[in-house]
Amino acid sequence: MNTKSVSKFLKENTMTFALVIVIIFFAFGTGGKILLPQNINNLFSQNGYVFILATGMLLCILTGGNIDLAVGSVVCFCGGIGAVMMDKGISGFLAFIVMMLVGTAIGVFQGFWIAYMNVPPFIVTLAGMYAFRGLSNVVLNGYSIGVGDKVFLDVFGGGADCYIPDFIGKGSGFNITCMIAGILVVAVMVVMNMKAWIRRRMNGYKTDSAAAEVGKLVVLSAVILYLTWNLSRYKGIPTVLLWILGTLLIYHYITQKTAIGRYLYAVGGNRKATELSGVDTKKVFFIAYTNMGFLTGLAGVLTLARAMQGNPTFGQGYEMDAIAACFIGGASAYGGIGTIPGMFIGAILLGVINQGMSIMGVSSNYQSVVKGLVLLVAVMFDVISKKKE
Amino acid sequence: MAKILLEMKNITKTFPGVRALDNVNFKVEEGEIHALVGENGAGKSTLMNVLSGIYPYGTYEGDIIYDGEVCKFHTIKDSEKKGIVIIHQELALIPEMTIGENMYLGNEVGSKRNIDWDKTYAEADKYLKMVNLTESSRTKVKEIGTGKQQLVEIAKALSKHAKLLILDEPTSSLNEEDSQALLDMMLEFKKQGMTMIIITHKLNEVAYVADKITVLRDGATIETLDAHGPEKISEERIIKGMVGREMTNRFPKREGVKIGDIQLEVDHWTVQHPKYTERKVVDDVSIYVRKGEVVGIYGLMGAGRTELSMSIFGQSYGNLLNGTLKIDGKEIHLKKNDPADAIRHKIAYVTEDRKGNGLVLSQSIRVNTTLANLGGVSKHTVIDKDAEYAAAEDYRKKLKTKTPTVDQLVGNLSGGNQQKVLLAKWMFAEPDILILDEPTRGIDVGAKYEIYCIINDLAAAGKSVIMVSSELPEVIGMSDRIYIMNAGHIAGEMKASEATQENIMGLIIGRGQ
Repeated sequence: MNTKSVSKFLKENTMTFALVIVIIFFAFGTGGKILLPQNINNLFSQNGYVFILATGMLLCILTGGNIDLAVGSVVCFCGGIGAVMMDKGISGFLAFIVMMLVGTAIGVFQGFWIAYMNVPPFIVTLAGMYAFRGLSNVVLNGYSIGVGDKVFLDVFGGGADCYIPDFIGKGSGFNITCMIAGILVVAVMVVMNMKAWIRRRMNGYKTDSAAAEVGKLVVLSAVILYLTWNLSRYKGIPTVLLWILGTLLIYHYITQKTAIGRYLYAVGGNRKATELSGVDTKKVFFIAYTNMGFLTGLAGVLTLARAMQGNPTFGQGYEMDAIAACFIGGASAYGGIGTIPGMFIGAILLGVINQGMSIMGVSSNYQSVVKGLVLLVAVMFDVISKKKE
Repeated sequence: MAKILLEMKNITKTFPGVRALDNVNFKVEEGEIHALVGENGAGKSTLMNVLSGIYPYGTYEGDIIYDGEVCKFHTIKDSEKKGIVIIHQELALIPEMTIGENMYLGNEVGSKRNIDWDKTYAEADKYLKMVNLTESSRTKVKEIGTGKQQLVEIAKALSKHAKLLILDEPTSSLNEEDSQALLDMMLEFKKQGMTMIIITHKLNEVAYVADKITVLRDGATIETLDAHGPEKISEERIIKGMVGREMTNRFPKREGVKIGDIQLEVDHWTVQHPKYTERKVVDDVSIYVRKGEVVGIYGLMGAGRTELSMSIFGQSYGNLLNGTLKIDGKEIHLKKNDPADAIRHKIAYVTEDRKGNGLVLSQSIRVNTTLANLGGVSKHTVIDKDAEYAAAEDYRKKLKTKTPTVDQLVGNLSGGNQQKVLLAKWMFAEPDILILDEPTRGIDVGAKYEIYCIINDLAAAGKSVIMVSSELPEVIGMSDRIYIMNAGHIAGEMKASEATQENIMGLIIGRGQ
């Protein structure tokens, strides 16, 4: 590799390196506590909603830096509806369906105003933020309502203690199912990547060098195996992790491999040009916000399950966490740039900073200050690197 | 006679208040290059937008007959399916995306649910070769120059299996070398049987590639000339068709104005494009204007007129590479990007884009009038509302702005009255030098006359006026002296009394006097 490609490599993966540095910093700062299996486990299970919401948020941001401020309130509203339904003895499955439908319907509603009536997204979703917070209170009547539906809680990672059961090595203290799953994931990933690489070579398409390809796979495999090994030493795979990974994979595919994914980037890059390419740009905005509603419904389900209750104060500030994860993860505030893996790194970075500071005993007031600075620096970096070009 | 590929019959298209196309008839034969020429606003782009479905069927009157059948295009997709592909004047590419992604945007390879990127890039590379581009289609568009971006646009059109290719001012952002290459490529495509329509201002290009030339003027077809016919088509002949309107007494006389000393002098002024630094938008321009003189700067769109004006006005455009600016014989250095500094030196620039850059439409006439000189109605930085009202009222009367009150929102005024408010704003800033950029664009004839009167009054008051315009009769009718600008250069200078439309146009297309 020459210096030019090294600097390009560094530039493209800045946030990943930042993450590594932050982890090393907290590894020392917390005396290694942050790397304990339990804390690695908590990083995912506590931040489930961030990953889901940031996925939807990323698609909105891609269309031109547009955000959805209502997601926190809508999470609460959907959760409230689910809690009330199950409280009335309605099955968890039906409650789940209704929550998803309500979330999607809210997305359709907001998307309609934004896409077809040209009301700025900021205003539409600010209105939603107020309205659905109020409606959550109405639905829950101001009280918190507990959820006892066992199936619902088990499927959606209910409580702080919900894991995929260890079918194989029951009770040995080391979760063999989790470890095997990790190894399987790595195996599938390696095989699929190698196959695609070989196929491209055979067809004469452009590929990375063999060394770069192997290097990439080795690093990814090592990270996955390290994480699953640690999860195995604790209680196994947190149920919510499956929902997170499923969502991320599906949306990574959508953004990279489908036409609608392409249009999201195109609209944010140059709306006029996209229109002249024969794309219905209004529909693109509509889909982005409808999808945001859909994923907000899912986040509502997961939040309700984790808390095991619906509460009219839930979800406050969720929108900001999701937005921050996207921007820290390299999404452009002007739209057209940003990826799911980038957002994932951004969300993890935020999570690690939160957790690291909590372990170190930094007061939550200063935690907010630090998070704010990290966001500012990340976006500043984006703006400066653009300017240089 | 070859087959008629396209016939547009009696096309009429109206916008609110304007009839952009009036019974236009247009025929294109298979395998020819057909040039569509006319002044700005003659309706060329509108006609092509009708053809490509950007203005969908039903929003215009008349018929489009393509390849023997009557077509009703509702979207761009419809016309593209038939092989009609338009390349727009402004490059419609997304800088952050790769060439391949751009080429297949809206037209993805593989299925909508599973784009085959490898195949996309392989296909894209194939078309890039056809337009002689050696870049990989995985290169991001922002990494290649404008000349190459234009070629990407053409490759994109080819990938859509274009049978009729429409190029709207394809060379307007290109340098000479790239333009030539593009024109040669068009001739090459013609050999392969492609039919093309080219819209252009550059008559030398028309002469080089066109088989037929259709002239549009004021939304109507004037004539179609055959380049291979018995009569040789000279550029003068085309110009005559383009500008052939009658000159009547549309301009008020300026009498008894004494022209004084040189007030503003700009020497060897060279300005770089802010983004594409290899392009000089203003190249070694030297001009001057005397007190009480109205100097016209004529040029077509993209000649660098606005860029010149804005760069004089506190370098509010581009990067100044070279040049000196003298006011009353003294050299002045205006700070970059600082219009306030220019205003302090008594320069005013009245923008061509009055809605975008000139006025705050959501505010009243009063607020707009004083915006560039709030100090004039303030005491210790506190605005004196009564003084402000009086000032606005004063200019309303002077300029005969038609409005019930100066508290009227500017957005509610007609174009002509908005233009008066814009002029009032700059007159209130009490400049000595006024640069008026297209002062009568988009306003009706009556209002134009009143604006001309205001310009005459300004000159009579001893101000130096530079009037930038793309309307030939206006430049000739209003100026004392005219600079003709083309491709960033001053192509010539002449007294208004010696100027004719033909010799000005002749200078633009580079044939000397």
